[in-house]
Amino acid sequence: MMPLTARPRLWRLARLEFDPVRNRRVLLYPEGAMLLNDTGGEVLALCDGTRTVADIGAELGTKYNADVTTDVATYLAKLAERELVHDAQ
Amino acid sequence: MPSETLQAPTTLLAEITHRCPLHCPYCSNPLDLQRAEAELSADEWKRVFSEARALGVLQLGLSGGEPLLRKDLETLVDHARRTGLYTTLVTSGLGLTRERALRLRDAGIDHVQISFQDSDRANAERIAGITSVDKKVAAAALVREMGVAFSVNVVLHRGNLDHIGEIIELAASLGADRLELANTQYYGWATLNRDALMPTRAQLDAAEPVVDAAVARYRGKMQIIYVLPDYYSQYPKACYGGWGSVYIVLGPDGRVLPCHAATQITSLSFDTVRDHSLEWIWRDSPGFRAFRGDDWMREPCRSCPRKTVDFGGCRCQAFLLTGDARNTDPVCSLSPNRHMIDEALAVAAGIDAVPAYTYRTMPPATAAAARVKAAIGD
Repeated sequence: MMPLTARPRLWRLARLEFDPVRNRRVLLYPEGAMLLNDTGGEVLALCDGTRTVADIGAELGTKYNADVTTDVATYLAKLAERELVHDAQ
Repeated sequence: MPSETLQAPTTLLAEITHRCPLHCPYCSNPLDLQRAEAELSADEWKRVFSEARALGVLQLGLSGGEPLLRKDLETLVDHARRTGLYTTLVTSGLGLTRERALRLRDAGIDHVQISFQDSDRANAERIAGITSVDKKVAAAALVREMGVAFSVNVVLHRGNLDHIGEIIELAASLGADRLELANTQYYGWATLNRDALMPTRAQLDAAEPVVDAAVARYRGKMQIIYVLPDYYSQYPKACYGGWGSVYIVLGPDGRVLPCHAATQITSLSFDTVRDHSLEWIWRDSPGFRAFRGDDWMREPCRSCPRKTVDFGGCRCQAFLLTGDARNTDPVCSLSPNRHMIDEALAVAAGIDAVPAYTYRTMPPATAAAARVKAAIGD
């Protein structure tokens, strides 16, 4: 899990785009592209380096009326493992 | 394979020119390099980038030759970025002035990849066949100043593999976000220089722990990608997810290929965007359909459980070495032709004096062009 106090932001080399061909968000980076599902795309869109993991969890939790903070932290840890997301602090 | 089940392509490599100031003996361009007058115009390239994006392409590599030799490069980048493509400039660094660097940044380039030939200056310039190191270092500083993503790419071979530790330190000192260490693949000019380029097993064994340690040391600072040479592998490489699966290459003249080495398969012909839409070429052209699915496969591939993993390996390599692109890639330990690879490795192991390089050179100007030059006193 990524710590709840971390302030995740995308890798400097990565860019989030909406792909109208596949009708979903994609994370683009050198020599690669990750197709995102709706939730993954929403999480990454909030990774601006100022929001904490807890903030992102709370924001999406309100939207979906569910406790998603643990899922968000687990998902971001996986992306951090691949160096696609960093803690801005 | 019926075209309904085709997935969308993800990557377009645009070799916008074959012109290049470097003469690297492992260049992946074809031996029959095209001259400037054959190149697509800027408007033609822009049309292709829009068509590619509409087909689903996400990644665009602007490559060559040396793409900076196209004076209209910035307009191509600007257009590509507007379509949403993640755009990488694959360059030697030669020709990158401050003015051009700023224009490329303003046009929206995402990522610049600069090639280096070695950490040792004299050897780097011997490999490139030109004085180039100072210009490359200056170009790297400009890319850092631009603030865009920056990769260093080094093609590895017998002549520089022993310097791998110093090469990694060079890339780190240049401030690279990424370092691609790619062992030579034997297509194009590299096929002419195979005996001079093929590393020995001892060199590869010595390099591996150095790379592993560096990957760990630079984690989070510089991403290191190390591509092993397929000749030393048990199984062949899965070429871009299989023929015509996700990858498209365009040559300077608009010829569309499933792989940059595909022109070497002389039993196939490939269509150009001057005659057809990119969509038709991708979906329906005979060149792209030739090795989709597995109907074309022979034994041992046809009944092999790995056929969905590596798709029988590289069609270009199968053709180059066996004369028939439907054969199993000879790199595969199950191929009846594996002895061809082992013989090449035995040659590499037995060489004391490495042969001289056959350098990449452009074809001579046509007689007509020579007459024009003579007439204007150039």
